[in-house]
Amino acid sequence: MARQMTGAEMVVQALIDQGVDTIFGYPGGAALPIYDELFQQDKIKHILVRHEQGAAHAAEGYARSTGKPGVVLVTSGPGATNTVTGLTDALLDSIPIVVITAQVPTFMIGTDAFQEADTVGITRPCTKHNYLVKDTDVLAGVMHEAFHVATTGRPGPVLIDIPKDVQFAKGSYVEKNKAPTGHYAPKLKGDIDQITALAALMETAKRPIIYSGGGVINSGDSATALLRELAKETNFPVTSTLMGLGAYPASGGQWLGMLGMHGLYEANMAMHDCDLMINIGSRFDDRITGRIDAFSPKSKKAHIDIDPSSINKVIHVDVPIIGDVAHVLEDLLRVWKSRGRKTHGEGLAKWWKQIEEWRAIRCLDYKNTEKVIKPQYALQRLEALTKDRKDRYITTEVGQHQMWAAQYLGFEDPNRWMTSGGLGTMGYGLPASLGVQVAHPDALVINVAGEASWLMNMQEMGTARQYNLPVKQFILNNERLGMVRQWQDLLHGNRYSHSWSEALPDFMLLAQAFGAKGITVSDPSDVDDAIMEMLKFDGPVVFDCLVEKHENCFPMIPSGAPHNEMLLGDAGVADAIGSTGAVLV
Amino acid sequence: MSPLKIKKGTSRKSAYDLKDPHADVSERHTLACIVTNEAGVLARVIGLFSGRGYNIESLTVAEIDHEGHRSRITVVTSGTPEVIQQIKAQLGRMVPVHDVHDLTEEGPAVERELALFKVAGSGDKRIEAIRLAEIFRANVVDSTLKSFVFEMTGTSEKIDAFADLMRPLGLVEVARTGVAALSRGEV
Ligand SMILES: Cc1ncc(C[n+]2csc(CCOP(=O)(O)OP(=O)(O)O)c2C)c(N)n1
Ligand SMILES: [Mg+2]
Repeated sequence: MARQMTGAEMVVQALIDQGVDTIFGYPGGAALPIYDELFQQDKIKHILVRHEQGAAHAAEGYARSTGKPGVVLVTSGPGATNTVTGLTDALLDSIPIVVITAQVPTFMIGTDAFQEADTVGITRPCTKHNYLVKDTDVLAGVMHEAFHVATTGRPGPVLIDIPKDVQFAKGSYVEKNKAPTGHYAPKLKGDIDQITALAALMETAKRPIIYSGGGVINSGDSATALLRELAKETNFPVTSTLMGLGAYPASGGQWLGMLGMHGLYEANMAMHDCDLMINIGSRFDDRITGRIDAFSPKSKKAHIDIDPSSINKVIHVDVPIIGDVAHVLEDLLRVWKSRGRKTHGEGLAKWWKQIEEWRAIRCLDYKNTEKVIKPQYALQRLEALTKDRKDRYITTEVGQHQMWAAQYLGFEDPNRWMTSGGLGTMGYGLPASLGVQVAHPDALVINVAGEASWLMNMQEMGTARQYNLPVKQFILNNERLGMVRQWQDLLHGNRYSHSWSEALPDFMLLAQAFGAKGITVSDPSDVDDAIMEMLKFDGPVVFDCLVEKHENCFPMIPSGAPHNEMLLGDAGVADAIGSTGAVLV
Repeated sequence: MSPLKIKKGTSRKSAYDLKDPHADVSERHTLACIVTNEAGVLARVIGLFSGRGYNIESLTVAEIDHEGHRSRITVVTSGTPEVIQQIKAQLGRMVPVHDVHDLTEEGPAVERELALFKVAGSGDKRIEAIRLAEIFRANVVDSTLKSFVFEMTGTSEKIDAFADLMRPLGLVEVARTGVAALSRGEV
C-alpha cells in the first residue's frame, strides 16, 4: 500500500527524497499548508528571501555552483509572478531550478479569486515545462518528474503550481523510483559517424579552434576533464563563451580568453580565421557570432549539443552531433586516438605563431592613472588578491562591470562563475551570491556589481544578514548605467538619455542599515588595503568602489560587425556603428 | 592603443539587411505530433508557433488513444527548409510531445478536411447549388425551403474550390475542421 499523506506532506517528502537540503522561498496564504509542514521538520533548510525574484536567482546561484537543482517555494499570485524574471533567466542560461508555486483552491480557479493568477499560463513560455496539479494522488509523481525534467537533457526551470486544497487533501505518495519519468529521455550518445567525421577533420585542420560553452559545465565534471584532455592531446587553442568560463583553466597555455562582443582580440580573430571550429556545448548566440554572414567564413564547423533545436538554428554547421558533451567527447577522444592521434603539426605551429601575434596586441591593456580608480584596475587587484583562494566564487550583475569581470578575472574550475548571460538580468548577482554562499558556507563569495544593478535587488542584504552569509558585494560605482551610457557614446552622439543614477544612496550607511559592513574607496593607492579589509571581515560587506565614471569597455565588436572588425580602444570608436547596425541590440 | 587601423564606420551592413538566401523558398509542410493529452498541451504547441513567429495554416487536434492519453495535433505550416527543421526540433524537445512526423517529407500522405457550407437562395441559384454539390460529392445534411447545409470532405484545395463556387450562389457561412493527415501505405 502506498503511503497516505497530505499534499503538503508530499511536497516535503518528495524534496527530501530528491536529496534537496535547501530551498529559497517566501510564504503567503495559499502556501501555508506547505510552510506548516516545513515548520515541523528539520531536514530541509528554508532561506527566507526578501523578494521572490531573489529566491529564483538565489536558486540559480545554488544550482550553478553545485550542479544540483535549486528549489524555490512561493505563494500564489504576486509570489508566482515575481519569479518570472528568474524563470526566464534560468531558461536562457539552461539552469536547473524547480519552482513550487501555491495556487488558489481548485474550486476557485477561474473566479479571479484573491491572489489568483494563471501561473501556468504566464510561465509556459519561460519554463522548460510546468504543471498545474489538480489531484493530490498525482502530486508526488509530478514532483519527481519535475526534478527529472529540470536536470535531464538541456537543463532548465520547471514550475509546479499546487492549489491549496490539493495541499490539504490526502492521497497516495508515489516513491521516487516509481515516478513516471521514462518518456522524457533525451539522447546522450552522439552519432558515431559524425563523431568520426569530426575526428577526421581534426587530423587535417591547420587552424582549429575549440569554442566551448555553458553546456560543458552543465554536462558535469567529467565533461570538463574531457575538454581539458582534448585540448591537451591536440594542442588546439581554446576559447569560451561567457557561460563556459572555468571549463578550461584560465592559466592553461592554450587559453585564448572569452570570445564574443566583449571578448578578447585573439579569441575573436582566431574564430574568424579558423579552418575548423569545434563548438562544444554552446549555441551560436548573437553576442558570439556578430554579423552572421561574416561569421568565421573559412571554417568547417562541428557542433556538439544535447538540444537538437540548437543545431542549425542560426549557423549552418557541417558536422552536427546531438548528444551530451561528456558522452560525445569520450567517444571523440577514443575514435581520434584509435586513428593514431594525428594532428597537422606544421599547420598548428603556424597557427600558434599567428595567435601569438594577436596576443601581442595586448587587447586588455588600458590607460591607468593614479588619480582615479579605473574599474579594470580594481578588478586586477581583486584578482591578484584572491586568485589563490581555491574556494573563490564570483557572481556578477549586468553591465560593463560584468564584462570587465569576465575579462580580468581568471577561472580555474567550472561552477565558480555565476552570471546572467542569456537574459542579462540586472539584479541577478546579489541574490545569486546568497545562493552560492548557502551552498558553500565557508567559501569566498564575491558579487562583482554595478551600483545600478545592485540596487535592483539590494533588499536581499536583509537575507544575508539574517543567515550570516558573508557575501562580498564588490560594487564598481561609476554613478552611471555604464553599459547604456557606452552605447549612447557609440550610437547616439553622447546624448546620455536617462543613463545617470542621480540621488544614489550612501552605500556605507546602507550597509550599516542592513547590519553589514560598509567600505568606501576612491583613491587607487587605497584599493589593496580596502580589498584586504573586505576579505578579512567575517560577514557581509558592501564595498563601494568609486571608479572612473566614463570608462568604456573594450575590446568590442560593434553591432552588425564581423569578428575581425573589433574596436580596441576609444580611438576607433566614433561612428563605428553604422545606422543600420544601430537597430541591433 | 589601437595599433590596428580600424576604419570608421566599418560596419556598413547590419545583420538586419542580410536576406535569408532561402527566404523565397517557402515550403508547406504537414506535421503530425503525438502528444500526451494533458491540460495546456495545445496552448504549449500554439505558444511555440506564436512565440517564435512560425506560421500556422491549419491546426487539428483530437484525442486518438483514450487509454494511453494520446492526442494527435496536425499542423500545416509553411517556411523555409531551415525554419521547418527548427519547428520540428522545437516541437520534438517539448516534454509532452512523443513524436513529430513530417508527413510532407516522409513520403506520400493523404490529407482530408471536413467542411460544412450554409448556402441560402432560391430559384436558379438554388438549383445550381445542388447541382454543383452533386458534382463535388457534397451531402445535404440540412435543408429548408430557402437554404441548404452541405457537408463535404476532401483536400483543402477541393474545399476552397467548392467555397468559391458557392459564393455567388448565396454562401452564408463555412465551418472547416482543418487538415487531418496520415501517411499512405502499411506503416
Ligand atoms: C532588468 C534590466 N533592466 C535594464 C537592463 C539594460 N541595461 C543593461 S546594462 C545597464 C546598466 C547597468 O548599470 P550598472 O549596474 O551600474 O553597471 P555598469 O554598466 O555601470 O557597470 C542597463 C540599464 C538590463 N540588462 N536589465
Ligand atoms: Mg554603474
